[in-house]
Amino acid sequence: MDIYLLEAIINRILLGGVLALLALGLNLIFGVIDVVWIAYADIVMCGMYALYFLYAEYGVPLPVACLIAIIGVSILGVVVHLLIIAPVLNSPPLNQLLATGGLLFFLQSFATLLFGTDFRNIGVRLPILEFATMYISFARLIAFMVGLIGAVVLYLFLKRTYIGTAIRAIAQDRDIVGLMGVDQRRIYLVTSAIGGALAGLAACLLALQYDVHPFIGNTFGPVIFMICVLGGLGNMIGGFAASFIISQIIAIGGYYSNTEWSYVLAFTFFIVLMFIRPRGLFAR
Amino acid sequence: MTFNRVLTLIGLAILIALPTFIPPYFLHLVIQILLWAFIYTAWALMGRFGFVSFGHGAFMGIGAYVPALLWNYYDLTPWIGIPLSLGISVLLAIIIGYPCFRLKVVGHYFALVTLALSQVVLLSLVAARDVTGGSLGFTQKTVGHSWYALQFPDKGYFYGIAVVLWLIGLLAWQRIDHGISREALEAISEDEDAAAAVGINVLREKLRVTVISAALTALGGAIYGQYIMYLNPETVSGIAVSLQIVFASIAGGVYSLLGPTVGSLLTLSLTEGLRVWFGANFIGAANTIYGILLVLCIIFMPQGIVGTIEGIKARRRRMAKPSAAPSNVRT
Amino acid sequence: MLSLASVSAGYGSFQALFGVSLEVPKGEAGGVIGPNGAGKTTLMRVISGLIPMQEGVMTMDGRPVGGLPAHRMVEQGIAHVPEGRRLFPRLTVEENLRIGAFIPQARARFADQLDWVYTLFPRLKDRREQAAGTMSGGEQQMCAIGRALMSKPKVLLMDEPSAGLAPLVVQQVFDLVRRIREEGLTVLIVEQNVQQVLDVVDRAYLLEVGSIKLSGSAAELKNNSFIRQSYIGL
Ligand SMILES: Nc1ncnc2c1ncn2[C@@H]1O[C@H](COP(=O)(O)OP(=O)(O)O)[C@@H](O)[C@H]1O
Ligand SMILES: [Mg+2]
Repeated sequence: MDIYLLEAIINRILLGGVLALLALGLNLIFGVIDVVWIAYADIVMCGMYALYFLYAEYGVPLPVACLIAIIGVSILGVVVHLLIIAPVLNSPPLNQLLATGGLLFFLQSFATLLFGTDFRNIGVRLPILEFATMYISFARLIAFMVGLIGAVVLYLFLKRTYIGTAIRAIAQDRDIVGLMGVDQRRIYLVTSAIGGALAGLAACLLALQYDVHPFIGNTFGPVIFMICVLGGLGNMIGGFAASFIISQIIAIGGYYSNTEWSYVLAFTFFIVLMFIRPRGLFAR
Repeated sequence: MTFNRVLTLIGLAILIALPTFIPPYFLHLVIQILLWAFIYTAWALMGRFGFVSFGHGAFMGIGAYVPALLWNYYDLTPWIGIPLSLGISVLLAIIIGYPCFRLKVVGHYFALVTLALSQVVLLSLVAARDVTGGSLGFTQKTVGHSWYALQFPDKGYFYGIAVVLWLIGLLAWQRIDHGISREALEAISEDEDAAAAVGINVLREKLRVTVISAALTALGGAIYGQYIMYLNPETVSGIAVSLQIVFASIAGGVYSLLGPTVGSLLTLSLTEGLRVWFGANFIGAANTIYGILLVLCIIFMPQGIVGTIEGIKARRRRMAKPSAAPSNVRT
Repeated sequence: MLSLASVSAGYGSFQALFGVSLEVPKGEAGGVIGPNGAGKTTLMRVISGLIPMQEGVMTMDGRPVGGLPAHRMVEQGIAHVPEGRRLFPRLTVEENLRIGAFIPQARARFADQLDWVYTLFPRLKDRREQAAGTMSGGEQQMCAIGRALMSKPKVLLMDEPSAGLAPLVVQQVFDLVRRIREEGLTVLIVEQNVQQVLDVVDRAYLLEVGSIKLSGSAAELKNNSFIRQSYIGL
């Protein structure tokens, strides 16, 4: 195989790790709370700004800054749930979509108001690794590893703990979990916090590779939705797998042409697949 | 002559006389309000039946770019370019709509498929930067006042065109409203299978309204492009524009004829008013408040947005069939 | 143990229960019978807190417990096996049982309770790693009962545990109810299977259109001519 194509594929697998994290977060929230957070990518944007200011402006050491950013976004997730999602829990799905869409407008414009439209970079320069004459981005390698670890930790949490089991149970039958002593509202808060933390983690990983600006959410938000739908909304393993499929399509498309065309290809692939498997690739 | 007729006539008279007495800046605002009102009305043609498309940015983008590109590169008059762009939009609407309706892709899934469509168009416009100028935007060749090129430095002309367009939108609405399509579509939006069972051709009805909606949106985009003369992928296509269309239409109300127009009037005057008030030093302030208002409006008027109107619909239905007893819904 | 006095409840503006009173003494089993739509399931839902009580008084061991939400009711010692089993189909059997032990008191005793449930239902132990939704109806019913027992309740509510099961399995379910009673649990059971339920309960109530129409000891009801005609079909 062409070495450059291989390089593109490997780099994309690595980026897929971050997308997978976001897909997990969004799917978790959808599966449990039954609301699509249209503004999920913009919550990631908040995390990127948090990291940028902590690290690049105030000189907080990077690991500490990441930790604070993750906790901050996790709290943001809870606040969003309490202020915006909880009041519309029993509204028609369209209203829920719009409420989080309003949040998207708000976050993007508020960020513009506070920080302007400048592109900012946290200024961490990580080396490019040379490996068997291929060039692999170290930032992406880290992002991939951390993303994978995040996914495994989440898996263990959901599989091994009482709260995790309750989270999976509530996604299967939300009306009767009360009979097991599970407080639905508390589970929703925990889920929003986890969804937020995943967004925060992804924010830290993305900030290593990309500049932050108020509209960065628009660049990868739609990709995440696409991944989630492809994997089956609420199906976490499906979403995880779909993120690698999509990032491969983008890699191969990008190799033969440029990034935008590769995204066009990916979205087209998505639309076509929706017609072949309307409930997602891995629908049961 | 009924009272309503009189009011309509007075309204039309004011509309016609408007450009003679308001300053150019306001005329510019009114033209935008009318053009967007037309697009929102076009969206609501299907949105009101619960087919919530996040893909109308795609149709608007095609409508705006196709005639402009043909004009710049081939000197093709928009009189041919615009029908072409409409044709492409209709084709796209069928390519996406047919399988969606056929396979019953509804709800979240429909919203997200159409969202992908608007991303496809946006990213294609950006990717073909050699032709379209990419995210830097695209400016049409100007030739001064020309019917052939559909370019008018005098805003009065575009004002006239915008009014006509807006009226066309209302007319399309009324045609559907008074035709048999409305009952069929209402039945479909309530229960597709039941509608099919009573002999409604679900697929055809849905596809027809989608095609009309897409074509009109493209037309709106085309005229908007002719008027603005500068196109940017982000301002005529993509998720942001699609969301704007959905929001403004719904905020105004999708179940009544003038709802989308009210939505356009409210949102544009609000953003414009806030922009003037805050000035250029606070970019984003206007949209921040806009976003907050959207969220508040959806949380505190859960009846207000979809529900109130649902109530009106129910009342209307009850008035139509006074004998029908309210059915007992079991969950 | 469990007592209800003039309890009313419903769904929105629709009232389904009108002043229901009943009493299940400690260690005994009570039965509720009645036609479809009488409000039996609603009664169970009110007791377990799934729907709010609109009027009346409900006590456990003399303590008022009315109006608590479902997740607090479990802490009061009430467990509810819902109509139609309602297992979490994609969780394994053991995960279903684990979530039954969600409340803090139960988590501490998880291992013991699990052993106990597995001795009651050896089949479940064989299938512990299987997705609950893939089991047979009878096994699922066992799992649903086991899940409720995991919280170590004082009162077990069962809503039509024999519905939709083969006759042989129905027999097993009723045998089980007897075993559970022998373990000292208080049981309130809703059944369509009037003849068989009257064999396992001490007292029974006939619910019709949201009100108790008849009540008495199991023996009395078995000999009641109205019950015999309308519900046992003799
Ligand atoms: N979730 C619900 N919402 C509204 N009404 C309900 C609901 N569940 C039951 N009902 C109504 O309450 C009444 C009692 O129902 P239920 O308690 O299920 O009866 P049973 O279990 O005795 O068959 C019925 O008229 C039924 O239609
Ligand atoms: Mg019942």
